[in-house]
Order: sequence, then structure tokens, then C-alpha cells
Amino acid sequence: MTDATAEPTHRPSPREQKEMAEQDGPMLAADGTPLKRSLNRALRAQKLRALMLIAPLLIFILVTFVAPIADMLFRSVENQIVSETVPRTIVALDETWSDHDAVPGEAVFAAMAYDLKEAAERREHTRLGSRLNYETTGISSLFRRSGRGVDDVGEIYADQFIELDEAWEEPATWTALMADPEWIADAEGTEDEDIPRFRLADGIADILPETASAYAGFARVIIDQDGDNPLEEEPWNTIYLALYRDLSAGADVSAYDGPQARRLSAAAEAVPGFESEPVSVMFEDIDEDWLDPQVWGTIDAFSSRYTAGYYLAAIDMQLTPEGIEPQPEEQRIYLLLFKRTLFMSGVIMGMCVLLGYPVAFLLANLPLRTSNLLMILVLLPFWTSLLVRTSAWKVLLQQEGVINDTLVWIGLVADNDRLQLINNQLGTIIAMTHILLPFMILPLYSVMQTIPPSYVRAAKSLGANDWTAFWRVYFPQSVPGIGAGCILVFILSIGYYITPELVGGRTGTFISNRIAFHISESLNWGLAAALGAILLGAVLILYWAYDRIVGIDNVKLG
Amino acid sequence: MKLKTAMLLTTATVLAAPGSMAQEMADSMTLVSWGGAYQASQIAAYSDPYQEMNPDVEIVWDESSAEAVARLRAMDEAGNLTWDLVDVVAADAIRLCDEGLAMEVDHDEILAPAPDGTPASEDFGDLIVSDCFIPQIVYSTTFGYRTDVAEWNGAEPSSVCDVFDTETFPGQRSLERRPIGNLEWALICDGVAYEDVYDMLETEEGVDRAFAMLDTIKDQTIWWTAGADTPQLLADGEVVIGSTYNGRLFSLIEEQDQPVAMLWDWQMFDLDGWIIPTGLPEDRLNRVLDFVNFATDTQRLADQAAYISYGPARDSSAPLVGQHAELGIDMAPHMPTDPANSVNTFVFNYEWWADYRDDLDARFQAWLAQ
Repeated sequence: MTDATAEPTHRPSPREQKEMAEQDGPMLAADGTPLKRSLNRALRAQKLRALMLIAPLLIFILVTFVAPIADMLFRSVENQIVSETVPRTIVALDETWSDHDAVPGEAVFAAMAYDLKEAAERREHTRLGSRLNYETTGISSLFRRSGRGVDDVGEIYADQFIELDEAWEEPATWTALMADPEWIADAEGTEDEDIPRFRLADGIADILPETASAYAGFARVIIDQDGDNPLEEEPWNTIYLALYRDLSAGADVSAYDGPQARRLSAAAEAVPGFESEPVSVMFEDIDEDWLDPQVWGTIDAFSSRYTAGYYLAAIDMQLTPEGIEPQPEEQRIYLLLFKRTLFMSGVIMGMCVLLGYPVAFLLANLPLRTSNLLMILVLLPFWTSLLVRTSAWKVLLQQEGVINDTLVWIGLVADNDRLQLINNQLGTIIAMTHILLPFMILPLYSVMQTIPPSYVRAAKSLGANDWTAFWRVYFPQSVPGIGAGCILVFILSIGYYITPELVGGRTGTFISNRIAFHISESLNWGLAAALGAILLGAVLILYWAYDRIVGIDNVKLG
Repeated sequence: MKLKTAMLLTTATVLAAPGSMAQEMADSMTLVSWGGAYQASQIAAYSDPYQEMNPDVEIVWDESSAEAVARLRAMDEAGNLTWDLVDVVAADAIRLCDEGLAMEVDHDEILAPAPDGTPASEDFGDLIVSDCFIPQIVYSTTFGYRTDVAEWNGAEPSSVCDVFDTETFPGQRSLERRPIGNLEWALICDGVAYEDVYDMLETEEGVDRAFAMLDTIKDQTIWWTAGADTPQLLADGEVVIGSTYNGRLFSLIEEQDQPVAMLWDWQMFDLDGWIIPTGLPEDRLNRVLDFVNFATDTQRLADQAAYISYGPARDSSAPLVGQHAELGIDMAPHMPTDPANSVNTFVFNYEWWADYRDDLDARFQAWLAQ
């Protein structure tokens, strides 16, 4: 209903007020302070008090509503797992891999060896595998198998270094070479629990860059993950690989004069004579798929910390190493489900209006005693468990159910050709219309109750027939109730999940069923978040459109 | 490794003095399972006897196994682990292990050996499909059919391919709403040899063939998501043949006496077992290890079979399987592992599905929706 606001009597506009104040100088309060300031102070106290009153609700809404939605929106683009689990590989891919149809070079494989070994020790490689498997089938088991296989990468060099000088097997040799002397002093004799954070020796990273990086990673894993002391742990094979690569790349060991300098230069002299094997071959021994450029393409395509990949997947597209492409036809499902969800929600909303309006009209216009009874009939299913009501529909609608049995008994339907009323769209529409009907009836009823009967009587006394009186006078006044009911029903049904799951069959499921699947079964939370965000966006757009067309002020919940 | 030392210590004490309380153990634990008859069998066979031995321990049961993977991940992110031991199917155990949410265990260290001294890892054998997985039962997904369908003119299904034969066996079917199992059956019935099924499914042609086979019954099939659906649909006469877990069919046929029979042909073997969530505090972990050691020993696994027709996961338990606790019938012929039932059995390739699940599921759902 529109309330006519009375035209206000002339009030000085803010500018006029300001001008007046400037003319008279600052107005003072009783205690001599400028009135403006004392007024502000009083208002601030008032605002603060009001804020404190709503604080519990505000905090509640922030914690339970805004924060989860923000978290969901963040998850739909977040992709840090790749760059955090295999950081060196991503850098190496970025720097050295140009021909995306070929297998990357040795540097990438070596970087992957260091990353993968660390990730395997931290038990993170399989998580990364699951993440990348959403994009390319087969990566999950590739990473799972490689987590164990990577132990052997570099073994060939470890054996040769140790054969050259047994001291290379000693943890102390390595710490003396790699670690900051102060750190060694701190870590010596410390309880395993409180070993200080590992620090590299000054300058070693310039001489032996890969070894320093690999060893620092090793030390951190040993300290954080295992709670052990690097001073007592033999390094992994991958670290020997790093040392071999540094030395054979011509590391300038002559400039180094720190601890173990003699041993290092001896190793540098011996390295050219080492038996060598490409790192890519070591990876091939673990799994031939490592020689598939597509695997590397996927890692490269999803290396950034934030990705649009989930949103693309949510609209049946995919991010491939070659760019954005549509999904193969037989895997496209989400756009279909979005359209179906919107369409069926619209149908359900329409059904609710059709069925709810007469009921609400009766409720509002019958004598109180009858209408109260009717109200109880409306509310009773509202108070019954959703699952019970949905299961009841199953009993009624299935092929051996009550309705079909009755129809067969009457003779309207042949026994061997019973109606398919459930496990399809029809089932979802019937069950959801029933479940959501009270959300239409109640706002309609409360709006209709406020429509004075005298208007319709006046229309009739002026010569309108029943239909005209209803259509021209009564109906327009009930529109805000229809609007409120429609918004409620539509928004509720767009996110409905359990009823379509139970009675929807193949063709009556909603997008929310896929969201639930990705949350609880496939664990692809990023995709679920993207789907949810799109759904949220669709609702907001529809709400905005509704506001433009009908006007949100025109909605009355009671 | 701190966890490992803790485990070693616990195991050492458990082995040295079974049931001794030398270690600090929490006095309550939350076990998670599937609810229904299955959980009841676990309570009767595992937790009731355990509580008799340890009257001070409070055992809380949660029925959330169906969403265990998602819940454990949420608990891990929130840093508030409220579960101590979780019953999951093998595929979920592998996933939880991959995600780092389930603890890797050394089966020989934490589980009791068989009575003849065979170490646990040998007693369970191949059923240890993941380092995190402690097997309990072998179950199968297989078909039940109504024995009173007039249109069948006395014919009875004898092979899984009869599910696809709508001429001889008209009527509605029910299949699980996921690709796993259905694609394998479809290929087998399309003439692919058992050994070649997964190789075939890796190719575009194989997937097309499987879906083409499923197309023949697509419109006559109700797609279920809960294990209780098919028994209900069979009992109502809504479907004439449908897949579900063999234990559900057993209770429908033997306990509820419905006119339904089992079809064991190409039953789909699957495993169910415990996982221990990662990150339990030491006292709770000790309690769980103590319980698991007890609840997965040879006798306890055999005891469970008195309440439900699932096969014990230990080799050594099989000879001890006795009679149903209430009906008094021999349970051995109702086990999926019974030689008469396991002429043709299908063993899931878990690793394969872990790789192909995302793709094939998308394709399966798209196929369903169209």
C-alpha cells in the first residue's frame, strides 16, 4: 500500500542553515561550548548506545552469515596449494619451459624432485594430486605413486659422493657446509622440540644455489614435521642430486673458504667423472606419465595463487594449457542445471500463487472460527518435518502408490501403464509446491487482512460487478503480498536441496544437489564455492530486477 | 616422528600386558559409523564387550560416516577434532589418506596378530588398500529381485546381464546414482572380459559403450543414493530388480521375509573399515589404539558376522563365523565371500577410480540429466 506522505512545510535547506550559522557566528550551548560540538557529543553517545544494543545481532550476523559467504567467495578463486607445494617447479617452468608441446628440461625435473620430496615428507603431495586431478585425469595417482618413488631420485649421486668420501654421509658434514655457525651452536644439544629455525650460512646460496635451497627445505621439514635435529639426520638423495647439479654446472667453489672447503673442491673435481643419469629418466622410472607434456601444462596453467578455473568449470568451460575451452559436450551439466533450477523455481512459484491465493483469500474473508480451522490446516504441514512430508509424497505418488492405485481401481489408468508421477520434474514440482505453499499463504494472508472490506463494498455500491470489484479494487491491494510470497518461495526453492534429491530422480534435481555433491563427496570445495557464488549472484540480479520492475517497497511481509 | 614413537610405545604396552592401563588413556571416545543394522552389529560385537572390560570408558556413537570425508576436512580446518575413530568405505579411506586427514598406521604394530601368530598385515592381506585403512568387513553391492513378477512368466534372473534384458525381465530397475559399479556391469554385459574392463574404460570408445549399454535401461531405472532405497522399492513392488548392499538384502529376505531373492553374479566387492583421524591428542590416541586392537582381532570380526551378513576382513576369522544371533541360521552361506556366492566377483580398482572419478562422474551426471 502506498502511504501518501504529507508535503512538508518549508524547512530551511542545509545550505540555508549553514549560511545562517555563518552569519551569526557559532551558536553556543548553555555551558559555553559550541552547540554543534555538544550536540555531536550527545548524538555520538546515543549512536554508541544504539550500536551496543544491536551489537550481539551484528556480531552474530557477521560471524554466521557474512564471514561464511566471504570465505566461500574466497575459496572459489583460491588456488595457493599449487604454488605452496611445488614452488621451485613453478619458477623453473616459468623460466625455462617455452615449447609447451615438449617435455620440460632438466631444471624443471630437478626442481620437481626437491619439491616433491619435501611435499611427500609433509604428506601434501597427494592433496596436490587430488587438486590437479580435477583438471587432468590421472594426476592423482601419479602424485600418489611418485611420493614414494621420489625417494630414489638422486640415489645414483648419493652413492657416488659417499664412495668418493664417506664424510658426505655424515649429517655434520652437511650442516657445517650449509648452516649458519650460530644456528649450529644453538641447535647443538637442544631438545628435539625446541630446535631454532634453520638458517643458511652466509654466501652459500650464491655458490651452491640449488643445494642451499634443497638443504634448507630438508632442514625445515626435519625440524617442523618430524621434530628431529638436522644435525643428526642424513640428508635425502635429492640433496645429493642438487649438489651434483650445482657442481657440474660449474659452481665457483674456489672462492669458497668456509668449513668443508677442501672436501667441496675435491668433490667438484670428481664430479665430471661421475656416472650420470638425466633427472627426467629418474622420473620416467617412477611413472611414464611424467614425460607427458599435458601434466606439466596443467601444473603450469594452475600455478597462480588465484584462478578462474573453478568459475570456468561452473559454466561448463575449462582452463587448459592452450587456454579457455568449452568442456567436451558429454560433460556439460552445470548450465543445464542452472537453467533447470531457475525454470523449476519459477514454475513452483507460479503454482504457489495459483494455489495459495484462493486459500489466503478464504482465510482472510471467512468468519474467524472457520478461518482459524483453515489456518491450522495450513500450518500443520508447516510444523511437520520436511523429510516426513517428502516421504509421504513418495508413498502417494510412486507407481505402486496411493494415487496410481486409486486411478487403476477407478479404471482411468491401465494397470501395466501407471503414471510416472515421481522421480522426475513433476515429482519435484508437486512436493516442493506443497512444502513451500505456507510461505506464499502467510504473507498473502497478512496483507489481505489489512485490506478494508469497505473498499470492495464501495466499488460494488458504485455499480461494479463481483469480478470487477475484485480485479480492480481488491487484487491491486493484495499485490504486495504476492510480491513478498513470490520472493520468499523463489529464493527458498532456488537453493532447495533435500526434496529434489529424494523425489527428483534424473530430471528433477537442482544445482544445489551438485553443490552438495562437491562439498560432501568429490571434495571439490572450490567448484562448489564457485557454483554457490554464481547462484548467489543470480539471486541478487533477480532481486535487483524485481526491485526495478515491482519495487521492493511494494513488498509486505505482514 | 612423534606420532610413531607414541604408537610404538602404546603398542609395546598393549602387547606386553593386554588391557593394562600403563599409558594415559582418555576415558571417552567418539566412534563414527553408518547407523542402522550395521552400527548395531558393531556395538554388539565390538563396543559392548570392550565396555565390559573397561567399565569406565564412555563410548559415544555418531552416525555420520556418509559425510565423513567432508566433516573431517571441516574439522581439520576448524582445528577442532571431535571424532576419535571413523568407519569409512575403502575409497573414502584412500581419499582421507591422500588429504592427510587420516593417520598412516603400521598394521603389524597396532593390530593384533591372528591366533596362530600370523601378523595382521598377512591376515588382512590385500584388503589393506591404503596405509591409513584398517579393514573390518567385506561387503558387496549386488542385485535383489522380486520372485513374484507375473510378467516374467516364471523366468528368474541368473546373471547380472539380465538387468539389461528388458524383454525377458520387464519392469523398473534401481541402480545407484553414481558411475562406480554401473559402468563396470554395463561393460561386462556388453561382452568385455573382466580383465579388460578398466583398460576399456580408459578409452573414449569404452566409456561410450558403457553408456550406450546403460541407455537401454535409462528410462526404466530409479537411481538411488541411500542404501535403504532399493530394499524399500523392492518391498513396495516399485522396482522388480535393483542393486544394493548384500547385508540390506539379507535383512529384507531373511529378517523381513519379503518375496525377494539374491543375485550374486558379478557382485561388486567393496571394503569397509576404520581410519584414525590425524592429530588426536596423545591420551585419546592411546584409547583409540587400545580399542582398535581389540575390535579388529580375529574373534571380534567373526562375532560381528552373527548380526549382519558381511564377511570378516581377516582370513583367520572366516572359520569362526557362526549362526545368526536371533534367527539361528548359518551365516556362512550368506557371506559375499562364500565360495558358492563368489563364482563371479568384481573387485573395485580403487586407484583407478581415484583418478577417473572426477571425469566419469561429471559425464555420468550429465548423461543422467539429459
